Amino acid sequence: MRKTVAGLMAGISFMFACGTSAQSQELTIFWAEWDPANYLQELVNEYEAETGVKVTVETTPWADFQTKAFTEFNAKGSAYDMVVGDSQWIGAASEAGHYVDLTEFFNKHKLNEVMAPATVKYYSEYPANSGKYWSIPAEGDAVGWSYRKDWFEDPKEMEAFKAKYGYDLAPPKDWKQLRDIAEFFHRPDQKRYGIAIYTDNSYDGLVMGVENAIFSFGGELGDYSTYKVDGIINSEKNVKALETYRELYGFTPPGWAKSFFVENNQAITENLAAMSMNYFAFFPALVNEASNPNAKVTGFFANPAGPEGHQYAALGGQGISIVSYSENKEEAMKFLEWFIKDETQKRWAELGGYTASAKVLESEEFQNATPYNKAFYETMFKVKDFWATPEYVELLIQMNQRIYPYVTAGQGTAQEALDALAKDWNATFKKYGRQ
Amino acid sequence: MATVVMTSLDTKSRAASRGLSDIKIRNLFIIPTILFLIVFNIFPLIYSLGYSFTDFRASTNAPATFVGLQNYRELLNDPFIWANFAITAKYVIVSVTGQVVVGFGTAMLLNREIPFKGLITTLLLLPMMLSMAVVGLFWKLLYDPSFGIINYALGLGSFEWLANPDMALYAVAITDIWMWSPFVMLLSLAGLSAVPRHLYEAAAIDRAGPFYTFFRITLPLVAPILMIAIIFRTMEAFKTFDLAYILTSQPTTEVISIRLYKMAFQEWQTGRSCALAYIVLIMVLAITNIYVKYLNRVKER
Repeated sequence: MRKTVAGLMAGISFMFACGTSAQSQELTIFWAEWDPANYLQELVNEYEAETGVKVTVETTPWADFQTKAFTEFNAKGSAYDMVVGDSQWIGAASEAGHYVDLTEFFNKHKLNEVMAPATVKYYSEYPANSGKYWSIPAEGDAVGWSYRKDWFEDPKEMEAFKAKYGYDLAPPKDWKQLRDIAEFFHRPDQKRYGIAIYTDNSYDGLVMGVENAIFSFGGELGDYSTYKVDGIINSEKNVKALETYRELYGFTPPGWAKSFFVENNQAITENLAAMSMNYFAFFPALVNEASNPNAKVTGFFANPAGPEGHQYAALGGQGISIVSYSENKEEAMKFLEWFIKDETQKRWAELGGYTASAKVLESEEFQNATPYNKAFYETMFKVKDFWATPEYVELLIQMNQRIYPYVTAGQGTAQEALDALAKDWNATFKKYGRQ
Repeated sequence: MATVVMTSLDTKSRAASRGLSDIKIRNLFIIPTILFLIVFNIFPLIYSLGYSFTDFRASTNAPATFVGLQNYRELLNDPFIWANFAITAKYVIVSVTGQVVVGFGTAMLLNREIPFKGLITTLLLLPMMLSMAVVGLFWKLLYDPSFGIINYALGLGSFEWLANPDMALYAVAITDIWMWSPFVMLLSLAGLSAVPRHLYEAAAIDRAGPFYTFFRITLPLVAPILMIAIIFRTMEAFKTFDLAYILTSQPTTEVISIRLYKMAFQEWQTGRSCALAYIVLIMVLAITNIYVKYLNRVKER
């Protein structure tokens, strides 16, 4: 008996000994479960080969990414050394002290100049224009469009389109053309539909989709520095944008009321829709013949301009931050120094990651590497994002509650939905003393 | 009291030879359970009651400030919350009624000598052994308007079960009925098989019709056990989250637990969500209490 106990104790001490010795050489990065996280794992394997520090990219499905990350932060847990957190988290995470202040690091390496301006503004800086930075732009992302080249380039379709609308069938240059093409290809009797847009209201899918319309119609969600929303979120431009989005919903495949990135890629792979909205991060799957039988005939275009020529897209993507409760902050800092190097960023782009490095983005090599990189480059310099205040989820849920019934079921009018939203947002900002 | 209720330990047993008395064994089993309950149920319950009177947010390090009844007042004045309660009530009524009708009906059909009765009963029980998430995911495929088998089988074309705001809640309820009717069936079957045969024989001698026999013999005798099934299913339906969350995201299917989840773990309004959880708890307790009172009355009869 004594022997058994002694053996057990020895085993346990050995386990702990191994545990501590390994810990100093390990880093864990937390991200959502998607292809870019796999590319990042490939990239950090090279870091391990160079330095001997093992880096693991731990992932969780998108649906509970925010919940899981903040549960760990709230418990001041040290499970993750770094997190590739969503752009909207930055207010909540920085104000609560979950992220390490990276301002000094940022200025030392002049990341303001190294990274694309929009990524610095939305992924790293909080509050807006404060010069305080909390993350390093890691995965640039925005919403773009894929389309069926074979449908667009079919001579019969081109002829019929020109006869009906009076101009050539080609990737749309503005939202009016987008609407016309969606209408043209919408043929439920042939099980072909015009367009696939975001409608999922469980997190930010629908809101991101509507943002594409609002920003391109010249509208804004509000004044991010004064928190004024009256006359901005319910402006005439926004009403028009929301009405157009509702109209586009009429050209989607049946049952398109809870659709996000998975469904929108399926719309192309399953021959459902002529055009589909999605984040650039999901486009690698569309040029891969293993995941898209229509890979050869899939084309891409940037979010079209609005009626007055404004052209913006909703920002996705994330920056990488160091978690305040990590026990390996110094090691994490060293990792970031490696991550921002030009050659690392170049390699990151080669592996499939969307670098935010301006130098790499501007290079011919990057722009010609895939059929959508050029559209991505163009988009990343004209992106806008949702509110990044700590209470952004409340704002998001209120927006979902107001616009979803209008977009998917035609309940009420766009004006009514946005007026009610302005009221909700005012009440929320008042509650948190921001107005 | 303990010595009266418990059977004494056999003095020749191994436990007795190790010097364990029956009281010691009882404590060994019960104390960890009670401790577990206190740590994981009672303590959080009381702690969250305290939070429900504050503006605490678990996502920040800011201290919680006492706000009195503000959370409760605001929640009870929020039209969206009332809409969530109305949706939940509708869902509970449709889902539990459906389960009772289907479950009890199936039990009646099975309560006779038929070939492969055991196998059929076992197969019918399979749905409730599946995970809620799995059921949700494959029913989502079944309901799909483009390739779902339900529309194909019923010849409904591309009817939108889950995207239609008026239909979505019923679609979720149908899935719940499919999954949990076997539970009602199982309990009803136990109740039905306990009805003494001689009562039916006596009724047959008196030339009682099938409806009379059902309403005067079968139903009253099965009622207590059926009530227990209804209590369980009502409590579960009131708390439904997984199915509704996975199947659809219509505002018309946002049952109260989905709203609670969003408030607690997406918005991180911890204090307010504690208050909402208490409102839900009080409602479930009240409904269960009504049922239990009714159950006692049924039993007395």
